[in-house]
Amino acid sequence: MNIRDYMKDNFLFLDGGMGTLLQEAGLQPGELPERWNVTHPEEIIRIQKSYYDAGSNVVLSNTFGANGLKFDDEELEQLVTAAVKNAREAARQSTGTQEKYVALDIGPLGKLLKPYGDYEFEDAVAMYSKTVKIGVAAGVDLVFIETMNDSYDTKAALLAVKENTDLPVFVSNAYGADGKLMTGASPAAMVAMLEGMHADAIGANCSLGPDQLIGVVEEYLEYASVPVLLKPNAGLPRSENGKTVYDVFPPEFSESVGKLLEKGVRIAGGCCGTTPDYIRAVVEKSKSITPVPVTEKNLSLVSSYTHAVKFGESPILIGERINPTGKKRFQQALRENDIDYILGEALKQQDAGVQLLDVNVGLPEIDEPAFLLRAVRELQAVTDLPLQLDTTDPIAMEAGLRAYNGKAMVNSVNGKEEVMSVIFPLVAKYGGFVVALTLDEGGIPDTAEERVAIAEKIIKRAADFGISKKDLIFDPLAMTISADTTAALATMQAVHRIRHDLKVNTSLGISNVSFGLPSRNIITSTFFALCLQDGLSAAIMNPYSQEMMNVYHAFRALHNMDENCMDYISYAQNLPAPTMTAPASGAPAEAPKASGESGEGPTSELQKAIVRGLKEKTGALTKAMLAERKPLEIIQSEVIPALNIVGADFEKKKVYLPQLLMAAEAAKSAFEEVKVAMAASEDGNAGSSRCAFVIATVHGDIHDIGKNIVKLILENYGFAVSDLGKDVPEQTVVDEVVRLHAPIVGLSALMTTTVPAMEETIKLLREQAPWAKVCVGGAVLTQEYSDAIGADKYCRDAMETVRYAEEIDEALKKQ
Amino acid sequence: MDRKALIGEALASDKQTIPQYLDYETPSLNVTEWLRYSCIPIYEQENAAKDPELASSMEKALSLINGALSFRVGFMVVPLSRDEDGFPVFPFEQRSEKLKKNLEGCDRAVLFAATIGSGIDRLIRRFEKADPKMGLLLQGLGAERVESLCDAFNDEVKEICKEAGQKTRMRYSPGYGDLPIEVQKVFLPLLDAERRLGITLSESCLMAPSKSVTAIIGIANDQQ
Repeated sequence: MNIRDYMKDNFLFLDGGMGTLLQEAGLQPGELPERWNVTHPEEIIRIQKSYYDAGSNVVLSNTFGANGLKFDDEELEQLVTAAVKNAREAARQSTGTQEKYVALDIGPLGKLLKPYGDYEFEDAVAMYSKTVKIGVAAGVDLVFIETMNDSYDTKAALLAVKENTDLPVFVSNAYGADGKLMTGASPAAMVAMLEGMHADAIGANCSLGPDQLIGVVEEYLEYASVPVLLKPNAGLPRSENGKTVYDVFPPEFSESVGKLLEKGVRIAGGCCGTTPDYIRAVVEKSKSITPVPVTEKNLSLVSSYTHAVKFGESPILIGERINPTGKKRFQQALRENDIDYILGEALKQQDAGVQLLDVNVGLPEIDEPAFLLRAVRELQAVTDLPLQLDTTDPIAMEAGLRAYNGKAMVNSVNGKEEVMSVIFPLVAKYGGFVVALTLDEGGIPDTAEERVAIAEKIIKRAADFGISKKDLIFDPLAMTISADTTAALATMQAVHRIRHDLKVNTSLGISNVSFGLPSRNIITSTFFALCLQDGLSAAIMNPYSQEMMNVYHAFRALHNMDENCMDYISYAQNLPAPTMTAPASGAPAEAPKASGESGEGPTSELQKAIVRGLKEKTGALTKAMLAERKPLEIIQSEVIPALNIVGADFEKKKVYLPQLLMAAEAAKSAFEEVKVAMAASEDGNAGSSRCAFVIATVHGDIHDIGKNIVKLILENYGFAVSDLGKDVPEQTVVDEVVRLHAPIVGLSALMTTTVPAMEETIKLLREQAPWAKVCVGGAVLTQEYSDAIGADKYCRDAMETVRYAEEIDEALKKQ
Repeated sequence: MDRKALIGEALASDKQTIPQYLDYETPSLNVTEWLRYSCIPIYEQENAAKDPELASSMEKALSLINGALSFRVGFMVVPLSRDEDGFPVFPFEQRSEKLKKNLEGCDRAVLFAATIGSGIDRLIRRFEKADPKMGLLLQGLGAERVESLCDAFNDEVKEICKEAGQKTRMRYSPGYGDLPIEVQKVFLPLLDAERRLGITLSESCLMAPSKSVTAIIGIANDQQ
């Protein structure tokens, strides 16, 4: 019987541990167990047969570590093929009468993916694909991905399976004692992602005994609409007379697993330390238990690599600020490839209290697929909020969804067939929670009835792609009441009907409603409150608007969504005192002389603010000053002198690094104001006043905090810094230097092992970019090292780098 | 079984033991070390302590890591023999003169890996862009946390050895002195560190999570 059919009405039993049994059979420490598929097939078959004899329905091929990182292509093919053949032979020889299946076992590659590690996601997909292709060709019944302790790695493996076969696939993760994966994902987050990608069964294995996994299993059972599997260890290992023993034995093991079968687990086996006796005991125990039916939980979930966000209960706030529409400063950032600006917007919104971030990087002149892919990766390196990918370009959408770690929100589809037929297949493949706009070929209907009709059409079409309505969220479109005063009523009615009659979630871009009216916040926030009352599940909104946040917090408190009003109280306590207006137009042009100990203290309020590292104040003062003085003049006569004061104090060891950084950050907020002003004055690219500076942490090295500090300070001093990041291949550095014809390159290395990469980079630079001066820095470097590898200059710290760069820049200007 | 009993049992073995894994409570905070790792040298710290901005940032850093870290150690005990040149023989290749000297008189050694998990890396990532000073303080705090974890484990080993009349040597890490960092490629798999502790190695043998430490503690019967 097909395994998918068999699972419907029956418990499915997996096998138990392999490692300890192989060691007993003579596998030596350090020997790769996969090689035994070829060298000792009889032992493998004997062990696997004993599992089938004990009642296992599914035995995993002995391929846990069979991947392209450990074996070359030829050996990999040989080992995996032999492993599948061995398991088949074991099934054939077994006297057990139960249904028997062979699963291709896939374990982790053992590499941490970027951004926290150094391995590329797509390389991981390719590596897993190799094993999958061989296993599928050898004729397995299903694929079993197991012991994964990272969400992104799990996605890579599952994607590799889905792209190479339609066979059933089970996915099992290894949880720590804290109930999370090593890299932080909760069971709910894994359920969201894995169900979105259509895993056939999901659950937990390894790391702990059955009792310690109860919490994890319960969370799976609460969220999952597919069968839940459990393959725990035989408790904890101990060393006894040089042998490994475990502290849970078959009777207790089957007792504990039995309890979880009663709660709803449908697929059970054992991991480290378990033997056929454990499986036999579990099978025996299960005979008195009726399988709990697997039910559709109808939960609307999105997830990041740490947690899931559930729609349909407490309203969800989606930050709208990562979007260039109508924002000149943002457009400038996109054109200049200034990802840090976008990351800054993300973190500010997170601090303001949103649960999701909308990400829109569409601008006619940029390569949107490439930029969205980069934005997704970089955003997921700094924030654990789930993302809503907002693009009309299906190629960009696919790039983003593929790279996304978790289950993303997709913004958007609408009732047009041409849109649904390209976006829904992407959602079916990668998973996603889809915003559907209630418009179609005929435009936006005026009435609520017609919008609901479009929603019904979209639900039907989504079902054709296997996307259920729990994964849809309708946006019935807020239109401005300044053009038509019935517009808001129609939207609210549509929200109500979609939520209560169709029982599907709703979302709105709230602020459109007040377009064209004065004091828009009053209308917008009131409309928000009314929509929430009608059942709105989420809003794409501006989290910096205090009125909007007031409504959100009050609504939750009034609707019994905020236990003891705790969230509201902490929100209210942190509200700013009644707003004071920023210092009016004339910031004191001639501030009283600072009381600096040295004669070279700060001479204005702005300089003082920078020296003391007061970010907000610096921004406000700069803004005020911009009304009277030219942007570049402020930089030249205020910001740079202030930085020089701090820089000099740092060199004299009067201030320490954190203070220097605070001042640099404050200066940055001054630069931000200046950039805004310049972007507005169409005087766009008056940007850097100094030469280009290419900076990178060398190949093989992933330390970049030092490099980031140098970059920040250099930018403060007006250098056009091109930051290539960390672990940068030698040729990439050279290419960038050539592209910009940059006169200076800064290379950083923290480890002795990566100094050779630095030397190699310098060698290539000398050949291909002989004009460029190279300065080096980092923990392991010394003057001697620097001389030995042929650098032009060794810079001990950020200020020394600035001084050197200034020298070069001055020299260039004199030419 | 409690931690000390597990360590004691392993230390009582004269054969190579299987790896064991220990969970620790939050070790007590060493502020001096924290600031030192945050690029505030010890002689500057008195001055720094007067800075209210720094004090409030430190408070914030502490509240950020609250609940975000886990303190785990994996370890095993290996008997030490010597090759013909007198180098101690490990399951990995190395000919470090300094380690040889460090382990003089030792007949066994503890190999361990300690990590505070990946939560700290997420925090550092988040703040080094948005607030570099906080990023630096978190870097320093992470370094201090994992070193304090190593101290906690090391102290327990030392104490148990002392009860048995044995001495422990200063812990010695791969990548330190002339012990090549490449030994990590064998060291970590020995401890099954990828699966049990979540520690992985990059191409250039750096560990992730970044706040992880591996080290060797020599055990001697002498009274040196």
